Amino acid sequence: MRYRLRVNPITCEAHGMCAELLGEIIDLDPWGYPILGSDAVPPDLVGHAERAVVSCPTLALILDRSSHARARA
Amino acid sequence: MTTMTTPLALPFEVSFDGPGLWYATRATGLVALLLLTLCVTLGVLTTVRFTSPKWPRFVTVGLHSNTSLLTTVFLALHILTTVADSYTDIRLSDAFLPFAANYRPVWLGLGTVASDLLIALIVTSLVRVRMGHRSWRAIHWLAYVSWPVAMVHAFGTGTDPSTVWVSALALVCLGTVLAASAWRLLTGWPDRKGLRLAAATSVAAVVLAGWGWASSGPLAPGWSKRALAPVTHASTVWSS
Repeated sequence: MRYRLRVNPITCEAHGMCAELLGEIIDLDPWGYPILGSDAVPPDLVGHAERAVVSCPTLALILDRSSHARARA
Repeated sequence: MTTMTTPLALPFEVSFDGPGLWYATRATGLVALLLLTLCVTLGVLTTVRFTSPKWPRFVTVGLHSNTSLLTTVFLALHILTTVADSYTDIRLSDAFLPFAANYRPVWLGLGTVASDLLIALIVTSLVRVRMGHRSWRAIHWLAYVSWPVAMVHAFGTGTDPSTVWVSALALVCLGTVLAASAWRLLTGWPDRKGLRLAAATSVAAVVLAGWGWASSGPLAPGWSKRALAPVTHASTVWSS
C-alpha cells in the first residue's frame, strides 16, 4: 500500500492546521498555504497524515491510497 | 410518596418521583448550556483562525469537536432525567418532536428544536469527510440558530434563571458568544460588507428582543404560571 498526499488549491483557505499536524512533510508559504516536501507518505507517518486530513477545516488535504506501487512519470 | 425498585436487585432504590431527577434535570441542562457556549466559542475561534505560540490551531479544533460530543452526553442526561421524572408528563417523543408536550409546550419545544439541530450538527460532522465540505458547512451555519434557541429554552422552562448565580452564568455565556461573534464579524469576509452589516443588525435585534422578553417574562414574577400554557392562551387561562 502506497500513500500519496495532495492539496486541493481551490478549497484550501490557509488555515495551516496540516503544517501543525504533519510538520514532517508540510511547510507553509509566506501566505500560510501548504507546501508539500514530498507527496509520498512514509508508513510511520500515515497515522499523522490521516489525522491532518480529517482535521483540515475545508477538507482540502487529500490522502490517496494505491495498492500497487507506481513509478511517477 | 411511592418509590419504585428495579427488577434487578440494585443496592439502592431508584425513585422516579422524588426531587432527585428534577435537580438532575436542572443541573445537566445548565452544564449542557455552558458546554454549548464553549462549543460555539471554539467554533468561532476556529473560523477567525485564533492561534498563539502556546495554543496551536489544532487544539481549538480538537477541543471544539470533543466539547460537542461532551455536550451531547449532558444533553442526553438532561433529556432522560426529564422524561423519567414522573412529576411532569413529558414523553420521549417530546424530546424529538417540538411543541407537542403537555408541559410548557412552547418553551420545552424550543429545547427540542435546539436539541434536534444539535443532533443534525453532530451527525453531519461525524460524516463530514464523506458528505463533502460544502453541504457540511451549509448545515453547520445552524449552530448560530441552535445556541440562542437553547438559551431561550433555558430561560423559558428553567427553574433557576431568576437566581443570581445562574443569571450571572447566563450573562457570561451571552457575553462570550457575543464577543466571539463580534470578532468574527469584524475580521471575516472583507469583501462582503453588506452581509456583515446585516448579520450584525440581526444579532443586535435578537439580543434586544431576547432581553426585553426575558425581563418582562421569565425574570418577572409569576412566570411559572404564565409559562405553563401556550403563549397565546396565557392570559385567558390564568386570569379566570
